[in-house]
Amino acid sequence: MEIPLRKARVSREGEFVVVDAKGVHYRELNELINELVEKGERKLRLINVNGQRYIADGLRCDCYIEIHGVAGDDLAAFANGPTVVVFGDVQDGAGNTMNAGRIIVHGHGTDIIGHSMRGGKIFVRGHVGYRVGIHMKEYREQVPVLVIGGTAGDFLGEYMAGGRIVVLGLERLETYPEIAGEWLATGIHGGAIYLRDEVDEDRLGYGAKVEKLTHDDRRFLEAEVGEFCSIFSLNPEEVLNAEFTKVVPKSHRPFADMYSDAKEG
Amino acid sequence: MVRNFPPEFVVRVDREACINCLRCVRECPFGVHEYDREKKLWKRHHEKCVACLRCAYMCPVQAISIERSPMEYAPHPVWTNRVRKDIKTQAETGAVILTAMGNELPYVSYFDRLVLDACQVTNPSIDPLREPMELRTYIGRKPEKVELEEDNGVRLKTKIAPNLKLETPIMFAHMSYGSISIEAHLSMARAAKEVGTYMGTGEGGMHVELYPYADHIITQVASGRFAVHEEYLKRGAAIEIKIGQGAKPGIGGHLPGKKVTEEISRTRMIPEGSDAISPAPHHDIYSIEDLARLIYALKEATRYKKPVFVKIAAVHNVAPIAVGIIRAGADAVVIDGFRAGTGAAPQVHRDHHGIPIEAAIASVDRRLREEGIRHWGSIIASGGIRSSADVAKAIALGADAVYIGTAALIALGCTVCKKCYTGKCAWGIATQDPELRKRLDPEEGARRAANLLRAWSHELKEILGALGLNSIESLRSNRDRLRGVGLTEPELRVLGVKPAGE
Amino acid sequence: MSGREIIRMSCMMRDRYDGRGGGFAGYGIYPRYAEYYALHLFFRDEVAKERTEELLKDRVAIIKDEPVPMRRVREIPPENIVWRYFVEVPHRFRDRKEYQEREEDYITELVFTINDCIDGAFVASSGKNMGVFKATGMPDAVAEMYKVEKYRAYCWITHGRFPTNTPGWWGGAHPFNLLDWSVVHNGEISSYGTNRRYLEAHGYKCRLLTDTEVVAYLFDLMVRRQGLSMRTAAVALTPPFWKQIERMPEPKRSVFTALRMTYSQAMLNGPFAVIVTNRDTMVGLNDRIKLRPLIAASSEDCVYLASEEAAIREVESNIERLWAPRAGNPVIARLNEEVREEVIH
Repeated sequence: MEIPLRKARVSREGEFVVVDAKGVHYRELNELINELVEKGERKLRLINVNGQRYIADGLRCDCYIEIHGVAGDDLAAFANGPTVVVFGDVQDGAGNTMNAGRIIVHGHGTDIIGHSMRGGKIFVRGHVGYRVGIHMKEYREQVPVLVIGGTAGDFLGEYMAGGRIVVLGLERLETYPEIAGEWLATGIHGGAIYLRDEVDEDRLGYGAKVEKLTHDDRRFLEAEVGEFCSIFSLNPEEVLNAEFTKVVPKSHRPFADMYSDAKEG
Repeated sequence: MVRNFPPEFVVRVDREACINCLRCVRECPFGVHEYDREKKLWKRHHEKCVACLRCAYMCPVQAISIERSPMEYAPHPVWTNRVRKDIKTQAETGAVILTAMGNELPYVSYFDRLVLDACQVTNPSIDPLREPMELRTYIGRKPEKVELEEDNGVRLKTKIAPNLKLETPIMFAHMSYGSISIEAHLSMARAAKEVGTYMGTGEGGMHVELYPYADHIITQVASGRFAVHEEYLKRGAAIEIKIGQGAKPGIGGHLPGKKVTEEISRTRMIPEGSDAISPAPHHDIYSIEDLARLIYALKEATRYKKPVFVKIAAVHNVAPIAVGIIRAGADAVVIDGFRAGTGAAPQVHRDHHGIPIEAAIASVDRRLREEGIRHWGSIIASGGIRSSADVAKAIALGADAVYIGTAALIALGCTVCKKCYTGKCAWGIATQDPELRKRLDPEEGARRAANLLRAWSHELKEILGALGLNSIESLRSNRDRLRGVGLTEPELRVLGVKPAGE
Repeated sequence: MSGREIIRMSCMMRDRYDGRGGGFAGYGIYPRYAEYYALHLFFRDEVAKERTEELLKDRVAIIKDEPVPMRRVREIPPENIVWRYFVEVPHRFRDRKEYQEREEDYITELVFTINDCIDGAFVASSGKNMGVFKATGMPDAVAEMYKVEKYRAYCWITHGRFPTNTPGWWGGAHPFNLLDWSVVHNGEISSYGTNRRYLEAHGYKCRLLTDTEVVAYLFDLMVRRQGLSMRTAAVALTPPFWKQIERMPEPKRSVFTALRMTYSQAMLNGPFAVIVTNRDTMVGLNDRIKLRPLIAASSEDCVYLASEEAAIREVESNIERLWAPRAGNPVIARLNEEVREEVIH
């Protein structure tokens, strides 16, 4: 009594190729997306998406993909350039090890969003879950950015080696009104996290500390939050007119003293 | 300064032979040899000597000898020198003791208690010098059966999953760029291409100089996701997800900050000088289904064109884990035994966690067969493979191929002084120091690494010949050709091997 | 609700399973026999069945027994005979030495005896007006085999397995059940050895070769036998970290400290998301650092818990609330009450 899996229905609407993903398995859907992109299509609209995984994984292109529905796990993992806009929520692992491109989520996200991100941007209007932005990296100008409109769970930015995370906390959860969870930035040794609220030092993780914002920080926030607001129709002045807390590493070698040479002593 | 323990080694110099060329001063990266030109006085800092033997090799008159220091603690079988030294070091530093290379404790070696059969009379041996002897091995998923279709001649209907073609069942293990030099990587990459096998990049990415050899290179996705880039994934011949390694089961990779140069910082995208400690788990893998998710995310990202392997450390329940890995979609499971080497690991982890590779191969092979899925993926074994005999035994126990790490480095010049984590490798292998790196010429390195593979491959052929086999496929899981010597009943049972005499 | 929806939710997440276990539990499926214990049993052969029936006749009164209606399904070899018995404990049995204080203890003792002592017999469920349908196979094949779509229940749970540590056998599939408690579990209970010994000291027999059974028994012990509330039981199972307890004001701090001290052996460790049900409650619970996914949602008349949001949206288009519960906070849904997440962490 299986749910019958269908072939995707494809049509055209102006510049968009529209793919109806209802009942389509992820393998077929992604095969189709890759074929369309190879053929030169640059604007795709996927409708009736519900849980299909690996959409836009490893995709190297500057195409624009709309997703209507819930994007399944590992959306745009290893992606290198596409812009993916989700009108709905995303599940675990969106932007996993992403190198370039943008993911814009009008709903919420769950865990490990932006895991090991190396570049590109992820903007989530709502809340995100646990271990978001874990092990983000950067090198020179290649700096990934992750902006969250709502709140984040525990282990935000764990073990960050680079990159920037911004949490705005515009809406709060009933059960947990804090802007971010515990063990915030634990193990951070590069990059920075900006939170639009005060942060209890008790919640900071290992190797993290709070610092005052510099002029450059303010300019960064104006740019990224400004872009975030224009995408989600928010008032940038209102959002930016608040006290931000900046969390940075205490050192870039938080574990330097943990190991010793067997010859020492 | 009061030292806590006596030096391990003593540098002895034959004063008569010595011509004061001062070469040893230049060659030693640890600062053992010091010459005061004004006073014309030699000072040898014995406590800094790590027995890398560089000075002894390079002295033009062979005047230098490195010896175990005769000075000792009072002997005690329980409180060994090592134990005393470790405690004093920890009292001094309050830190975890770091070390390198493989397990040093005297656990039994099953390889050394397994013997190979030889043919006589009823089942003749084969002459490997003059008759064909096939070592070719395919690593990857095989179909259950083959379907052919007749259509103006016979054609293959079954689609075969991507496999790696090896001309010999020996590959170069993953050792990261960062832990070893680009010259070491290049040596192995060239040798792999020449011999027709593969080399692993380790978790530090693929340097641009390796690109010409990319179709003989297996890329690695480890928990730190260092250098994992869509192009990197698509460039290599296969992708290996590293869940764990035999030298330090349960914890992540560790590249000390002093080895993170600008170059490494760029490839790995972490701050210069910061320790690159890979987290213990992949933070997106907390369950077997999460591993399946990563396997398929990689397959989707590379359009199902590359085999995806999963590497684990050999631990207690390695058999069900390996089964899970194969069922999760991996094309091969790489099992790294507890003797595996490393550039840096906490000593306690290296020496006390994990199980022997022999037992692991035997139980994984058996379990996969019991479940009828042995053909879903290959088994690659590694961890202390020292000779062609070890390779043959590993294959007889059930492996499809092996990875060699330490052995490959020894071929390049390593003397196993175990100081890789200092970044001062005297042989230019485990270092990023540009001066030291000059000591390893990739052409020479490639020649030596290829020689090792060729020598072992010849020996494997001789072993097969002696076993009356002319193809390596017939040795795989052929435990009947092994016998145990000095193994207990439970050990024989786990290995699936009879005792000699039966 | 018919079984169709739960089957569709399960199918949506099929990429998470490897086909070596699938199952369903439905509550309210036997309205005509609602006051009897509905024992679902697997028998490897007729011998096991006969021996079990002998034991049953000795311990309970069998009101009705019949085969569980099944279809032949290609993917699942029929390894077991599946039978259901509607039983009760007649008054005259209460004088017997096996009867302890409560009828439910008597029944659990019977279940353990069957599982432990009768080779080839296994009790899949032992609750009233509910039943577990499970086997080694993909959940949709299991559903087809047991004709799950024909049952109507007010509460359904389902699970698809990807076993790594223990072999796939019918009894190893989820849901696990004891009396009215059913559990489905994603992840691994690494504290299993500790939990098992704690439970065995309280008379439970952990024989099912799998870590999930401890969750069912722990709830039975704490909620049914010791009378703790679901919320308190959750605190015992996934207590806050000591540094969080230190921050609490009194009297909360003393309460949490006492709970943690007393129930240290019951604490669950490892990555997990569990859904536990009994006849009027459904609870979802994550480990303390949320290593497995879990989403909660509600519509006007229904509460959902699932590993993925997409599974919920597959069957419900009028979602009023949808959220991801915090690590260690139980989500408690009761019949005719608003679902809520209890704030512990």
